[in-house]
Amino acid sequence: MEIRRIKADTVTQCVKKLFMDCNYYIGEDITSALKKSMEEEKSPVGREVLAQLLENNKIAAAEQIPLCQDTGMAVLFVEYGDKVVIEDGSFEDAVMQGVRQAYDEGYLRKSVVSDPVFDRKNTGDNTPAIIHTRIVSGDKIKILAGGKGFGSENMSAIAMLTPSKGVEGVFDSVLDTVKKAGPNPCPPIVVGVGIGGTFEKAAELAKKATLREINTKNPDERYAQLEDKLLTAINKMGFGPAGLGGSTTALGVNIETYPTHIAGMPVAVNICCHAARHKSAVI
Amino acid sequence: MKKLKLPLAQEDIDGLNAGDSVLLSGIMLTGRDAAHKRLYELIQKGEPLPIDIKGQLIYYVGPAPAKPGYAVGPAGPTSSYRMDKYAPALMDLGLKGMIGKGARSREVIDSIVKNHGVYFACIGGAAALIAKSIKREEILCYEDLGTEAVRRYTVEDFPSIVAIDSRGNNVYVDGVEKYRED
Repeated sequence: MEIRRIKADTVTQCVKKLFMDCNYYIGEDITSALKKSMEEEKSPVGREVLAQLLENNKIAAAEQIPLCQDTGMAVLFVEYGDKVVIEDGSFEDAVMQGVRQAYDEGYLRKSVVSDPVFDRKNTGDNTPAIIHTRIVSGDKIKILAGGKGFGSENMSAIAMLTPSKGVEGVFDSVLDTVKKAGPNPCPPIVVGVGIGGTFEKAAELAKKATLREINTKNPDERYAQLEDKLLTAINKMGFGPAGLGGSTTALGVNIETYPTHIAGMPVAVNICCHAARHKSAVI
Repeated sequence: MKKLKLPLAQEDIDGLNAGDSVLLSGIMLTGRDAAHKRLYELIQKGEPLPIDIKGQLIYYVGPAPAKPGYAVGPAGPTSSYRMDKYAPALMDLGLKGMIGKGARSREVIDSIVKNHGVYFACIGGAAALIAKSIKREEILCYEDLGTEAVRRYTVEDFPSIVAIDSRGNNVYVDGVEKYRED
């Protein structure tokens, strides 16, 4: 395979469009799930909340304005083909420039502070983004982008379970995190679960799981069943739409896994609000 | 649906019950994490606040920028519990209530009861829809905080639900209990 040259600006324009689009246009998977929930929701207030969310998302798309004011911290999962060379600039700078342009020109909220503890000064352009890169063979760049709001991010947790805890331990760990989150993370939520790997790998998997379409299943039947079982249990908790009570607390549970150490079974739970925004593109 | 004028009259607050849907019209203040931290530090030092909070509601929001032709950008509620540390001190100085989303601490609920106040919830993530009821915004202070600056919103039929009423009834407990099956 020959070396392929891609202009830095091509990357920038791609990233810019992904972040503007994901903040204006909610995915069809979420819209279908919200509509389905409206038919099944037991609480009248809950049904009204779901109707308002659908209406909200319709307004955002029609007027090209963010569907939520928290347009998130920019997170990207990149599969970077090893035959790609970026011309006139670096890949990382090109991505940051795309985020900067999206949040500025797209009227998205700048929500990033420079220092987490002491200064907490807004960087003014929503950079830096969080970029997870995998080098793969090929001559393309695949980008999965999501704006991650922090109302739900703050409700996320990781547990370093030991192998003897088994599937029951995983189940309890996820339910425990969702229960502690209660009405805060803007239910109905999408629950991203990362199991295996190391401490940081589990967290990364959980984040990636929140970006997966909720109408898809884990390809391993055992995990697919666990996703269903967790969703059913979560929707019996009673938090409901907006946390005001009801039978729709989650729209979906997505599990991603990775091999792990003989001594461990990390379980990370990354919670995402109903505004589960993600778009992808291939350059 | 009950329609209420802002700032709220005490008898209006007293007549609210957790779970009531209301439409608010008039003036409300905004503030979230960073602005609350600054206000709280002034209170601790015994210094005057740059805004008059007496009788007012604070909406916990950090709006997105307004597109040209819009009065405000999308402006839904942020999670209220992050302001729990600061809310009782503000209520003791005359703040009548808050608008946000999610549960509050025991201390905040006690402060609401003690000060005969109210806590409203609006729908998290319905920012584009909620912004339709905000007709005007002015920045009052802390402009350097960007989205976190303190604003004065003029609202018409701003949709809210009484989450915690002046007697301490709490929709986040009662509403959830009703639909709990586990």
